Amino acid sequence: MGMEGVGARVARKEDKRFITGKGKYTDDMVVPGMKQAHFVRSPHAHAKIKSIDTSEAEKMPGVIGILNGNQLAEDAVGNIICGWMIHSKDGSPMNMGAWRPLAQDTVRYVGDAVLIVVADTKAQARDAAEAVVIDYEELPVVTSAVEALKDGAPQLHPEAKNNQIFDWEIGDSAAVDAAIASAAHVTEMKIVNNRLVPNPMEPRAALGVYDEGEDHYTLWTTSQNPHVARLVLSAFYNVAPENKLRVIAPDVGGGFGSKIYIYPEEIVCLWASKRTGVPVKWTSDRTEAFLTDAHGRDHVSTVKMAFDSENRITGFKVDTIANLGAYMSLFSSSVPTYLYATLLSGQYNIPNIHANVRTVYTNTVPVDAYRGAGRPEATYLVERTMETAARELGISPAELRRTNFVREFPHQTPVIMCYDAGNFEASLDASMEAADYAGFEARKAEAKSRGKLRGIGMSCYIEACGIAPSAAVGSLGAGVGLWESAEVRVNAVGTIEVLTGSHSHGQGHETTFAQLVAERFGVGLDTVSIVHGDTDKVQMGMGTYGSRSGAVGMSAIVKALDKVELKAKKLAAHLMEADEGDIVIENGELKVAGTDKSVPWFQMALAAYTAHNMPEGMEPGLKEGAFYDPSNFTFPAGCYICEVEVDPETGKTEIIQFVAADDFGNIINPMIVEGQVHGGVAQGIGQALLEGTHYDADTGQLLTASYMDYTMPRADDLPSFNVSHQNTPCPGNPLGIKGCGEAGAIGSPPALINAITDAIGNNDLTMPATPQRVWAALASAQ
Amino acid sequence: MYATNYHRASSVEDAVKLATANDETKYLAGGQTLLPTMKQRLAAPSDLVDLRHIASMKGISVNGGTIRIGAATPHADVANSKEVASACPGLAHLAAHIGDPHVRHMGTIGGSIANNDPAADYPAGLMALNATIVTNKRSISADDFFTGMFDTALEDGELVVAVEITAPSKCGYAKFPNPASRYAMTGVFVAKHGDGSVRVAVTGAGSDGVFRHEGMEQALASNFSAEALDSVTVDDADLMSDIHASSAYRANLVKVMARRAVAAAG
Ligand SMILES: Cc1cc2nc3c(=O)[nH]c(=O)nc-3n(C[C@H](O)[C@H](O)[C@H](O)COP(=O)(O)OP(=O)(O)OC[C@H]3O[C@@H](n4cnc5c(N)ncnc54)[C@H](O)[C@@H]3O)c2cc1C
Repeated sequence: MGMEGVGARVARKEDKRFITGKGKYTDDMVVPGMKQAHFVRSPHAHAKIKSIDTSEAEKMPGVIGILNGNQLAEDAVGNIICGWMIHSKDGSPMNMGAWRPLAQDTVRYVGDAVLIVVADTKAQARDAAEAVVIDYEELPVVTSAVEALKDGAPQLHPEAKNNQIFDWEIGDSAAVDAAIASAAHVTEMKIVNNRLVPNPMEPRAALGVYDEGEDHYTLWTTSQNPHVARLVLSAFYNVAPENKLRVIAPDVGGGFGSKIYIYPEEIVCLWASKRTGVPVKWTSDRTEAFLTDAHGRDHVSTVKMAFDSENRITGFKVDTIANLGAYMSLFSSSVPTYLYATLLSGQYNIPNIHANVRTVYTNTVPVDAYRGAGRPEATYLVERTMETAARELGISPAELRRTNFVREFPHQTPVIMCYDAGNFEASLDASMEAADYAGFEARKAEAKSRGKLRGIGMSCYIEACGIAPSAAVGSLGAGVGLWESAEVRVNAVGTIEVLTGSHSHGQGHETTFAQLVAERFGVGLDTVSIVHGDTDKVQMGMGTYGSRSGAVGMSAIVKALDKVELKAKKLAAHLMEADEGDIVIENGELKVAGTDKSVPWFQMALAAYTAHNMPEGMEPGLKEGAFYDPSNFTFPAGCYICEVEVDPETGKTEIIQFVAADDFGNIINPMIVEGQVHGGVAQGIGQALLEGTHYDADTGQLLTASYMDYTMPRADDLPSFNVSHQNTPCPGNPLGIKGCGEAGAIGSPPALINAITDAIGNNDLTMPATPQRVWAALASAQ
Repeated sequence: MYATNYHRASSVEDAVKLATANDETKYLAGGQTLLPTMKQRLAAPSDLVDLRHIASMKGISVNGGTIRIGAATPHADVANSKEVASACPGLAHLAAHIGDPHVRHMGTIGGSIANNDPAADYPAGLMALNATIVTNKRSISADDFFTGMFDTALEDGELVVAVEITAPSKCGYAKFPNPASRYAMTGVFVAKHGDGSVRVAVTGAGSDGVFRHEGMEQALASNFSAEALDSVTVDDADLMSDIHASSAYRANLVKVMARRAVAAAG
């Protein structure tokens, strides 16, 4: 490892521009003639649109155009799609209702877009929007998925009877029932996974530009996957063919999944640019972000876990109702199914698993992947149940886990996944040691003397990253392949550009990916640039989500680097009249091993481009591309321990310590990885302790639509995290890496809730564990 | 935000004159409540009269036992004032726990009490301290000033100029912040006055804004100790219930915070 190579704690190259306010985000983009858009949105959660009168609004100062859903339909702009087909257990395809980018007849959640107003300034667009008169006929509303399934509940889409989108299952129901029937002990729980608002720092934005001269479109957008956006915009929304559409996702200020999807506003801005003849920019404000960014989670589950007399798990049965909101967002169907139920085996040998999942329409914001996407929901069930079972069985939570750990790899679970590598006990041991688990009882007694209740809880998570291989996800219903592409361009002066289909929106790719190249060719980090986020520059890519940029994106880079290295060595051997096999690359030079002969990297590159003296048959230039499709998911795993103190008088929880021991396989930049863990754990603590999303059940209004009511974690809510890494390299990719972007958010909520429930002596506690809830749970335990 | 006209007042008279010229005019102090409301287009004053440059409305003076705080004094100045800390430590503590540093350096005591948010901190402090609110026209006791949620005795165009407090013999404030907004989900200010009387004012919990709790006042008047509150019951009937806290939980908090306020008063 060099100072800048693999394994080095290199400071992030991109941070200079971010910290000094010089990042360039979609809202920073300005093009000649650009105008501003404001969306007229439904104030009702469910209503028929009886009439729309824009006559006064159109006369307002600065107004260029007010466009509606009928015009969008005239131009044959398609419905918003869901890219993953799920079939119900009876074999029928999912019941998908239409989602129009601008509502035509019916609005189904507060914030549903109805019109776009384009004007010279934002304020004028907003003024005109206020002058629009829409006559709505309000319809009954349902916001809870459990209620929506009941007979007589308000119906959202004619396609989905009782609002049910699908009724899906995985695993062997009869075998699990038999295991439960013959069990020595069964732990049963009802568990809610609370709905979350993603809250990236940068709100969504779009700038659509139609160039009449070229009949060409450009879209700047806050996207985690600009190529997927282009594909969907052309193939499904019919806005423009791919060769006439450039999508650019410049600096993007966080996404957490919410910027994977192609939203109505992006489609409409692009289309409106042609309709109005001006470039159209829209930037969400924070209220719109609360009201329209795809939310996460929102599951209600019941679980039964069966044990034999030796405390070995014999079966696990799960029934889940998942709220998908008013419409099916791009990957909404995959999150509560294949990204969720396939992880229900956790770190354990469980011979029989069965999960039944019903997904449901409600009058709420669409729900889709949010940091972890399905795996936090699965982990929460498994790890809350394990801890509760240990308490019921009267054995230590660590012991119960040890009894059931998977210890041999590969391990085929009953729910599709085949774990390739891991050492679960190593992380358990490391975290128990770091947390001084053994000293907990003494700390608890000391806290008691101060009138405080101490609790400790753990969570042993496993998750699946990379979301690939393509053939596997295709067979499960995915509409896309989940490979990644890369291109490595060595310039004539030896500097290197790496074009990647991964997209960085906070992950630090510009540093990590460059470290990989620096390590390979012994060149300085400054001579390597990472290019991403522009469909005109990068040929094709699948973008960043599911912690896939390391395991899949970097693997594609490795493949391209292999090809570059091969050609570079061939050329150097030719230049030095040596044998190709004797060439080694070190410190920016290509050397003939065992001699003092060498040619500097830049000179070799120059020779490739002058092409005066090339080996027989070699093409000039030095540029290689690769596509990488992995052979399996990767399986990061670890053990988190949380210790809390509860104030019994107020129910307020203070986190005393939080220990994370993760196995991410090999690590390129430990500092960046630790940062990902810190951020993920902060988000998980946010979910478990603070973030509650509340809709008014009667009106469907989002009651937590600002930071006055939605509790985002603040620095003083969090302890200093104690982070360590164990390493069983991933056998499935050339770098041996597993991915680290979501683990923190996946593993932490059960650890925290297990700690609080330990402190208060009541296992029945719903997230977020607000002071009021903890106080009430404590009262009912006494 | 809609377009609005900005005026910078140079004196109290100037401010009142500017404000009464047009009935869509509003005073602007720290802008911590008014400006966000305007940005969301929930308020649309035609004119704003900025109070922050009126010298006589700023600053803190302590004279004998009387503390006078100019209405345009930001919370940070009250929090950091040595005079307030020694004459009325509970009030300095209260000011130091309003919002975040930005809010404390912009938001003012006059703006806070004129707004009378049911979860704001100052109303509890001023009511328990039996403060006098001095306006351009008259002096109003805190008991009379706070008339209900977001409602005060101020008439149209009436300007709060200062707040006057007689230093208590003991006082303390305990706040349980709303986890999201960090306003008071329940805040209790307890003050023991020179004449032996005790006032207990509660913010954040009442369904009609700040209120005094008679039962606690009586219990503490005979025995100024946290234990004296054990036998007092807090009725949840008039307390707020919302997504953050039920009235029953708030009733519990009133009692717990009162005990802690008494303990803090020493
Ligand atoms: C993020 C945030 C957190 C906050 N947290 C807290 C908290 O924890 N506790 C708390 O108590 N408060 C909190 N506040 C409120 C803040 O402390 C201010 O007290 C409040 O915003 C009002 O004061 P201001 O000076 O900003 O008034 P402005 O916003 O300028 O004015 C508010 C209203 O009062 C009127 N007004 C202003 N001055 C006078 C005057 N002298 N005479 C008559 N009318 C007047 C204005 O016309 C307007 O109607 C918070 C605010 C923010 C933005």
